[in-house]
Amino acid sequence: MSRPLDTEAIDLSAHALMCERDDRVLFKDLSLQITNGDLVQLTGPNGAGKTTLLRLLAGLNQDFEGEVRWLGQPMSECYSTYAHQRLYMGHLPAVKKALTPIENLRWLCANDASDSDDTLWQALEAVSLYGYEETPCLQLSAGQQRRVALARLCVSRAPLWILDEPFTALDAAGVAWLEAQLQAQVARRGAVIITSHHALQGIPGLRQLALGDAA
Amino acid sequence: MWQWLTQQYHRMSSPKWFYELTGRWIPWLVAMVAISAVVGLTLGLLFAPADYQQGDSFRIIYIHVPAALLAQSAYLMMAISGAVFLIWRMKMAAWVAKVIAPVGASFCLIALLTGAIWGKPTWGTWWVWDARLTSMLLLLFLYFGVMAIQQAMESEDAGHKAAAILALVGVVNIPIIKYSVEWWNTLHQPATLTLTEKPSMHPDMLWPLLIMIVSTYLFFALLVILRTRNEILWHERKRQWVKKLLES
Amino acid sequence: MSLVVATIRRDLLLAARNPGEWANPLMFFLMVATLFPLAVDPDPKFLSRIAGGVIWVAALLATLLSLDALFRADVEDGSLEQWLASGESLYALALGKALVHWCISGLPLTLMSPLLGVMLHLPNDALLPLLLSLAVGTPVLSLLGTVGAALTASLRSGGLLLTLLILPLYVPVLIFAASAVYQAGIGMTYHGQVAMLGAMLALAMALTPFAAAAALKLNLSR
Repeated sequence: MSRPLDTEAIDLSAHALMCERDDRVLFKDLSLQITNGDLVQLTGPNGAGKTTLLRLLAGLNQDFEGEVRWLGQPMSECYSTYAHQRLYMGHLPAVKKALTPIENLRWLCANDASDSDDTLWQALEAVSLYGYEETPCLQLSAGQQRRVALARLCVSRAPLWILDEPFTALDAAGVAWLEAQLQAQVARRGAVIITSHHALQGIPGLRQLALGDAA
Repeated sequence: MWQWLTQQYHRMSSPKWFYELTGRWIPWLVAMVAISAVVGLTLGLLFAPADYQQGDSFRIIYIHVPAALLAQSAYLMMAISGAVFLIWRMKMAAWVAKVIAPVGASFCLIALLTGAIWGKPTWGTWWVWDARLTSMLLLLFLYFGVMAIQQAMESEDAGHKAAAILALVGVVNIPIIKYSVEWWNTLHQPATLTLTEKPSMHPDMLWPLLIMIVSTYLFFALLVILRTRNEILWHERKRQWVKKLLES
Repeated sequence: MSLVVATIRRDLLLAARNPGEWANPLMFFLMVATLFPLAVDPDPKFLSRIAGGVIWVAALLATLLSLDALFRADVEDGSLEQWLASGESLYALALGKALVHWCISGLPLTLMSPLLGVMLHLPNDALLPLLLSLAVGTPVLSLLGTVGAALTASLRSGGLLLTLLILPLYVPVLIFAASAVYQAGIGMTYHGQVAMLGAMLALAMALTPFAAAAALKLNLSR
């Protein structure tokens, strides 16, 4: 699905990040630059700080030393603008089990500027939930619930995606679909930062950042 | 002037500086508390004339009034400390706020108990729904709330922030609560003697009271300083200066 | 559609799908009010004096019951994280949540109160003031409640702690509202009390969302 992105330039830069948790230094003096066409995968063992770094880059975590800038401006000054350019999906899918996929998607995409429901219906079809759009999520499997959240990727026009373990609970078809989405996003000159235990199959431009062996 | 203020601000946020400075103050504080308490209590218990209505039982005001005043100002100080922590992220402020809470609550309890003790000979009952006592009881609940939320949160930092938020909400509510309780009280009781009758106080009764108020505030300062020093030692226990201190 | 409006819609939809959320506190309201004549004295003259106060205390307790779940589910399923990630004002979201809570708690209580008034022999003159005091007072309860619910959303036994935190803050509302109903019942004016409730509502609408927004941020786990 090709569609224009909301903006041209992506420039997320981090300088000398230091983060500690429970008296343990997770990473020190870490610098990172994300621009158009980047696909960065954070790797490392459990507890290495991948999610912490991801949330930090997404602007959800203020507990660190160092600087994060968006388009040259400190994140704290332009968070609202940044938030509209950035799609964040965390560990938890934010799907309400008592509601149907279409109702959940309406809430998830509330800020993604879709004028009509049609885009949402198409998105649900794209994630193979055709026919299930109005079944309460309670009756869907974990993989299907995860796909409701992922349908957002089809609707959002944010140039930067920050995804935390998005492959969780997906079957082989789901994994292939998501990989295709990531590839398409990169091809559109968007950018993706991702943590995943899943090995990404040969997507051009893939950079890996390994945590857990920092000083 | 501004430079001096910012310099003091940076100094105050340094635990080590606070620890060393207050170490020098403690002996003086102890002395001042002891002297003022002895003087105040002697004057109040032995030399002030007996009240013509209440006899000797009024003397409990020398503990009740300072405790009540302190309970209220301590909450305000706790809220201000919490605000400093929330706005400027000063760890020292969080520790001071944490430390004030139980002390303030204890003084609140003392005020309530002495109020009850006063009530027995004066009114014949251990408890009366007087405006002041009821407000003090609600203040005690507010203190409990702050202490409870601080302790219940999972991380210490979240606990400090939650307690600070609640203390600030409480501080805005305290005048509202006091006003509404006083108003409620006027509905249900004709204008009678309240437990403290400040205007008609004879100077011989007033001076010991003022001295006791000063003494109680100094005592409060001493307690807060001692407890904050404990917090500092605990939180900075891995630093060099603490290790050296504990070795010597 | 902005996230605040979407959240209000979604939460009302959830409440419609889960009727227990608003029906159970209503039943609790009714049951608590029933306890008083059973425990003390069903004599109409006695009940008519305490009816206003009893109904208001029962309303307070029923409100506290429904507050616990206000943010808990959002914290647990990641919705709160999405709020924060959206860049949208947490102040507005807190206000929206208070509105939703009032719709499923305060509003039903207000509408059911005449029934309790009749059961507890509330004087006829006091029925309208009862409705008025509840209509103005329950939003204040919801607003103050969002602060307590936000503070305790991540805690396991948060419900009881929430009660302890919020009850002292509810006292002024209780005092003025119960007084309004009582005074109306004995034929005196009550407009001053309702005006005080209105003032509290204005203050709560302006200030509580700040505290609730700050408290919500504490719930995001590391």
